[in-house]
Amino acid sequence: MFSRRSDLPLKDDAATRFLPWLVAPMVFLCSIALAGAFIISALLGRWDRDVSGTLTVEIAAAPGEAGESAEQTRIRVEQALRILAGTPGVADARALTQEQLVGLLAPWLGNSDLLKELPLPAMIDVTLRPDRQIDVGALAEQLSQAVPGASLDDHRVWLSKLIDLSRNIERLAVGIVVLIGGVTSATVFYATRSGMAVHHDVIEVLHLIGAPDAYIARQFAERAFALGLKGGIAGLGLTLPVLIAIGLGARSLQGGFLADLSLPFSGWAAVVALPAVAALLAMLTARVTVHRTLARML
Amino acid sequence: MRRETADTANVVQFDSVGVRYEHGPEILQDIDFSLPAGSFHFVTGASGAGKSSILRLIYLAQRPNRGRIALFGRDVGAVRRYEMPALRRRIGVVFQDFRLLDHLSTLDNVALPLRVAGASEDDVRKFVPDLLNWVGLADHLHAKPPTLSGGQKQRVAIARAVIGRPELLLADEPTGNVDDQIAVRLMYLFEELNKLGTTVLIATHNENLVSRLRHPRLRLEHGRLRQD
Repeated sequence: MFSRRSDLPLKDDAATRFLPWLVAPMVFLCSIALAGAFIISALLGRWDRDVSGTLTVEIAAAPGEAGESAEQTRIRVEQALRILAGTPGVADARALTQEQLVGLLAPWLGNSDLLKELPLPAMIDVTLRPDRQIDVGALAEQLSQAVPGASLDDHRVWLSKLIDLSRNIERLAVGIVVLIGGVTSATVFYATRSGMAVHHDVIEVLHLIGAPDAYIARQFAERAFALGLKGGIAGLGLTLPVLIAIGLGARSLQGGFLADLSLPFSGWAAVVALPAVAALLAMLTARVTVHRTLARML
Repeated sequence: MRRETADTANVVQFDSVGVRYEHGPEILQDIDFSLPAGSFHFVTGASGAGKSSILRLIYLAQRPNRGRIALFGRDVGAVRRYEMPALRRRIGVVFQDFRLLDHLSTLDNVALPLRVAGASEDDVRKFVPDLLNWVGLADHLHAKPPTLSGGQKQRVAIARAVIGRPELLLADEPTGNVDDQIAVRLMYLFEELNKLGTTVLIATHNENLVSRLRHPRLRLEHGRLRQD
């Protein structure tokens, strides 16, 4: 595909020497945009897997003294569990223990004994059968009428909003990547045109001794590829520490909520492939530019 | 309908060719001539008579404003652009200003037509030093053109023009920068190539040379051709 020899003095060419300095920040910005999209997509994917096919029934703590409230709440939980057990499409319904509830709140409120004293609402984790559709609205209505203080939380409602947000962020990231690709391509176009103007005499000699357009275009394309790859690798060199720092920073945060802010394998693959993509884009742009420009010659 | 083929016995054929630059007067008018395969011709005329323009038309650097040109039996007007490089590779050109590539060595300059034609590096190493030896530049294989004298550059230009064994050799004032002795040697070189079957057309204003070699000449006067 490539030959090292070039008849054109492109290595000393001031018109294209700046290309790596331009490609490097482009690849850096592309990498960050892509990584952001992949991280959010993976995060939502994990949330989706965790909550899809599940519902949560929340039962507010019954009023009254602590002992009486706990007893009333327990009765309401049992009522709710009976309703859920009789609902087609519900595979399993399990009330969270006091320890589990305290464990859920601990990251935000601290692991204090005081939490155990608080009249916490009861939670029932409901698993749905994947092969059956369930009318969530009707079940919510039934629960709220039969069990005082009961409410049904369908995760899909808030998750779908997050997924919409994620899709928009992904589209934005793709838009940024396309925009940066376009700017890179335009830069290579003008650099190649400048290079062709500078080396017009050499090109004309090659042309007149019978060099096909592809012969001349190959030399510009190979040079653009080399410069694009150089800039791309430099850009990747800037990106990697940033992504590693974000991953390590997220991991060190308490709470487990942000611990998923690490780039999935597919994201790493996309980011690592960016220098090659930038180089190929530069090569293709240079080749097309040379062909189009030469087409105006006899 | 446009005629696609012409007389295949003629390597070059001009029919009523006229050339003008932009809106100026015609610098070539009604040029009719043909170069049979294997012939040797001079084209002469005063400076500015249009000798270089005739050569430029033949090596496809420009198109005529009117008339018809055929090369190797093909009407140039009907040749598609992608076919031009192959047609050009059948023509060797010694440019008046040499047009050597200053950043390349003598060897690489002469090797250009071979590489452009897709020859292997083995062929380049085999043929180019031999030819440079033949034109007396064996000691300058790796010299860059700016370090060569005018005569040496001329010989590099000639070597580049003939390395691909062209069927047609065009030379624009090839003896303009050399003394008479070297000029005669160069002419003998062209005659040797001609004996091997290459059709030769040399543009020159060196009357001594023309009269000494006794080849037919195309004389340009005021943009018109007088054939001797």
